[in-house]
Amino acid sequence: MMRLIYFLPLLGCLCLGVVFFLGLDSDPREVPSAFINKPAPEFSLAPLPGRANASQADLGNFSRTDLVRGQPVIVNVWASWCIPCTAEHPLIDRLVKQEGVVVHGINYRDKAPAAANWLARLGDPFSKVGFDSDGKVGIEWGVYGVPETFVIDGSGIVLFKHAGPLTPEILEQDILPRIRTHK
Amino acid sequence: MITEAGHFSLISAFILSAVQMSLPLYGAHKGELRYMELARTTAIAQFSLVLISFAALINAFVTSDFSVLNVVLNSHSDKPLLYRISGAWGNHEGSLLLWVLILTLFGAMVAIFGRNLPPQLRARTLAIQGMIAFGFIAFMLFTSNPFERVLVPPENGQGLNPLLQDPGLAFHPPFLYFGYVGLSISFSFAVAALIEGKVDAAWARWVRPWTLAAWCGLSIGIGLGSWWAYYELGWGGFWFWDPVENASFIPWLFATALLHSAIVVEKRDALKSWTILLAILAFSMSLLGTFLVRSGVLTSVHAFATDPERGVFILLLLIITIGGSLTLYTIRAPNLQPGGLFRPISREGGLLLNNLFLSVAALTVLLGTLYPLFLDVMDAGKVSVGPPYFNATFGPLMMPVLGAMVVGPLLSWKRGELLSVISALWFVGLAALGATAITLIYSGIEGILPAIGVGAAVWIIIGSLMELAYRAKLFRSSPHDTWRRLMQTPRSVYGMTIAHLGVGVLLAGIIGTTAFKTESVQNMNIGDSVSVSNYTFTLDRVEALKGPNYIAERAVFIIKEGANLIASINAERRRYPVERDMTTEAGIHSTWRGDLYAVIGEGNRATGWTTRLYKNPLTPWIWFGTIIMAIGGMVSLTDRRLRIGAPAKRKGFSSSAPRAVAGAK
Amino acid sequence: MRSRKRQRLWLVSLVFVLLGGAVALVLNAFEENIVFFRSPKDIAAGNTEVGRLIRIGGLVEDGSLKRTAGSSEVNFNITDGAATITVTYKGILPDLFREGQGIVAQGRLQSDGSFRAVEVLAKHDETYMPPEVAEALKKSGYWQDKDQKPVLKGNEK
Repeated sequence: MMRLIYFLPLLGCLCLGVVFFLGLDSDPREVPSAFINKPAPEFSLAPLPGRANASQADLGNFSRTDLVRGQPVIVNVWASWCIPCTAEHPLIDRLVKQEGVVVHGINYRDKAPAAANWLARLGDPFSKVGFDSDGKVGIEWGVYGVPETFVIDGSGIVLFKHAGPLTPEILEQDILPRIRTHK
Repeated sequence: MITEAGHFSLISAFILSAVQMSLPLYGAHKGELRYMELARTTAIAQFSLVLISFAALINAFVTSDFSVLNVVLNSHSDKPLLYRISGAWGNHEGSLLLWVLILTLFGAMVAIFGRNLPPQLRARTLAIQGMIAFGFIAFMLFTSNPFERVLVPPENGQGLNPLLQDPGLAFHPPFLYFGYVGLSISFSFAVAALIEGKVDAAWARWVRPWTLAAWCGLSIGIGLGSWWAYYELGWGGFWFWDPVENASFIPWLFATALLHSAIVVEKRDALKSWTILLAILAFSMSLLGTFLVRSGVLTSVHAFATDPERGVFILLLLIITIGGSLTLYTIRAPNLQPGGLFRPISREGGLLLNNLFLSVAALTVLLGTLYPLFLDVMDAGKVSVGPPYFNATFGPLMMPVLGAMVVGPLLSWKRGELLSVISALWFVGLAALGATAITLIYSGIEGILPAIGVGAAVWIIIGSLMELAYRAKLFRSSPHDTWRRLMQTPRSVYGMTIAHLGVGVLLAGIIGTTAFKTESVQNMNIGDSVSVSNYTFTLDRVEALKGPNYIAERAVFIIKEGANLIASINAERRRYPVERDMTTEAGIHSTWRGDLYAVIGEGNRATGWTTRLYKNPLTPWIWFGTIIMAIGGMVSLTDRRLRIGAPAKRKGFSSSAPRAVAGAK
Repeated sequence: MRSRKRQRLWLVSLVFVLLGGAVALVLNAFEENIVFFRSPKDIAAGNTEVGRLIRIGGLVEDGSLKRTAGSSEVNFNITDGAATITVTYKGILPDLFREGQGIVAQGRLQSDGSFRAVEVLAKHDETYMPPEVAEALKKSGYWQDKDQKPVLKGNEK
């Protein structure tokens, strides 16, 4: 009986260990997006000026109509001053070039020359890029910071949102499967 | 080149720690002195290597070597020298290196000063210390290498979070870690004792100074953190029950309990398994704090950038260290020799009461800190647990401790006489009641809790001094005799009196600042005056100024009491262009009676500025109380009984050697 | 031996009394002092208790920030895209507060559907900057160009 008492601290420690292990998976800062499985917001953005390597068709306004063309698309919110955006750029590139996914960009709270420069240097994989210099459309989308990435099905419904830079795991586990099932 | 040397040193220290954790343990088991002595050599060598490594990192920061990733991410050549240096530990990787530096420092100190320890105990203790070092250096080398290079060095760095560019916070981590990590030695001693299956008075005497040193560091570290939060966050408060604050406070509570229970082991050979458990828990809570701050399972203003992979690694380290030691505890603790008996009313009884309440209080703080995580894991919603919870649980649990603090030292060991204590303390009690009554008259009946707090502060301050007077037979014997008694009183008793006095001063400061502060929030234009309590704050002017790496808006307030000019204070809002961040610097005028405190918010000449003004009575007492407590600890540390090496008595190398020392009180 | 048993008995009973008391204190404190997190959408759905301390999180709607002249009171709307709620607050807004920024406010829902904040916390950083980025940065061997000096945003009105 008395021996059991000596076992209690270990028991408590093991329970805490389990809780922490489960806790590692959840991000306490994560605010659940109000858009998951809901239609993406109505918006229309002027194109980012100065994109040298974009096709003529992609230089128009970026608006909700671009999200309802039957094919799943990705919307990526980025800025040239955002270092994690630079870090995730190769993955966006890979999405477009290897997986053949359409990725639209929202250039968030940025200066146009800096943003164009960023694209010129790192490469410009985006289809359309809306220029959201004052962050108004970002609010419509519930953007807390950059980068954020949304997966939209062909009918304008938001399937998934990721806050923070993309990683290969997120690409493989969360984004590509959703794109494939909605193709 | 220096950076590579630092990296290489760290790898060498890693290899040495593998030696330190294995061979001495084997040697102690087989009784081979050669292998046991290896623990000392490796511990000292390991510390030197980590020191070189740490110096290399500091060098990279001071010279702004932007080919090192850590420097790029956390420094900028515009930064003043102090913050270039403190930037080295203002981030995850660097602070981890500081962590390991202090871990090995304590190991080396035991190796150097622990000459009179039985070689088996020393070898085992250092081996355990080596295991912890092995785990953490591995963590650093595999997931968070501070020496990582950038292929193409950028022109300049990203800067350090401006909140951290502050003298208070620059020195906060070294002290805090000294305490946090210093507890590892008590842990290693406890585990070594469990391996040997023997805990006795001598063991307690060896553990106590290390715990005491760590405790002093932790107290100062927590105090510095609180002071920083007070003037830098601009909320007029000094303690927010933030998870990171709690992460340092919980080990402090356990360490305080450990300090007291180790006395019982030393004097009366009782509470042994409990003391061992406290030693394990105190360091476990330090590790837990490290995990909470770095894994991102909880949010906090202070938390480092987080990464799940690192979280898994630390969690694994945590489970191995804590789970392993507690498993050993489960197996070995029931077999420890039961110690001396004592009655409920006795010195032991008082210390036990202190222990139980401190531990339970620590557990309630832990529960409140982790509760949001529990709910999140169970998907039961996102919640936060704020100060009201902690005040409602921690406060009541501390009251018996505060009461016992004065009564306990007057009780005799084994069997105490409550009557004689009452006769010694009746007027202290009367003074406390009087103070409570006066406060009640002043504040009204809704102020009953603060009034009790004031009474408790008076009780502790006068009571602690009374204990010394009682011991010296002040006014009950000739002045000469009193003087002689005072001179003969051991330093550890003075240490206790001073530390307890510090608690009283701290408590007075806390009560004054939380219960009797006056706060005023308003919009002010230049020339406007606002009265706060009996003071008038006038916004004299707002000017722009340029610091080394920031630009600021400075508001100058003139404070008057009636017609008398009291002070002129400056409150600033600083903008750091590199880090794209802002900070608030409160303007504070401190006297022993309290602080006058002003913060300026956003605004301009047309609309005026939002300002927040406070009168915080007795706030400096919080810092003084903390310092007094730490001084008490240090005075106690100089007691010759605890002085390492003083009662040196080597008696062969058998593990029964400590008995001899235990007898020589 | 008898006295050892007796000592153990009073020790164990003391521990149980203490633990019982502590559990009661904790439960009582949790009951009264837990602060739940709600989104504007949750509040719009209408099952949030009026007058209880809660936290709400969302983005500050552009153009919604209004100061009452000659007072330190401010009004602003926060939104999560699905619903919007008006927040009133008296005091100094955090250093990083601005329109479009994600914030968390602690306070009480009023019977008129607005939210009275006692504390406003701004998200500290505008970029998500986890350490994997460090890895990626090293791989790309790239940092930032001269023309890429970060632009200071925010309170430049």
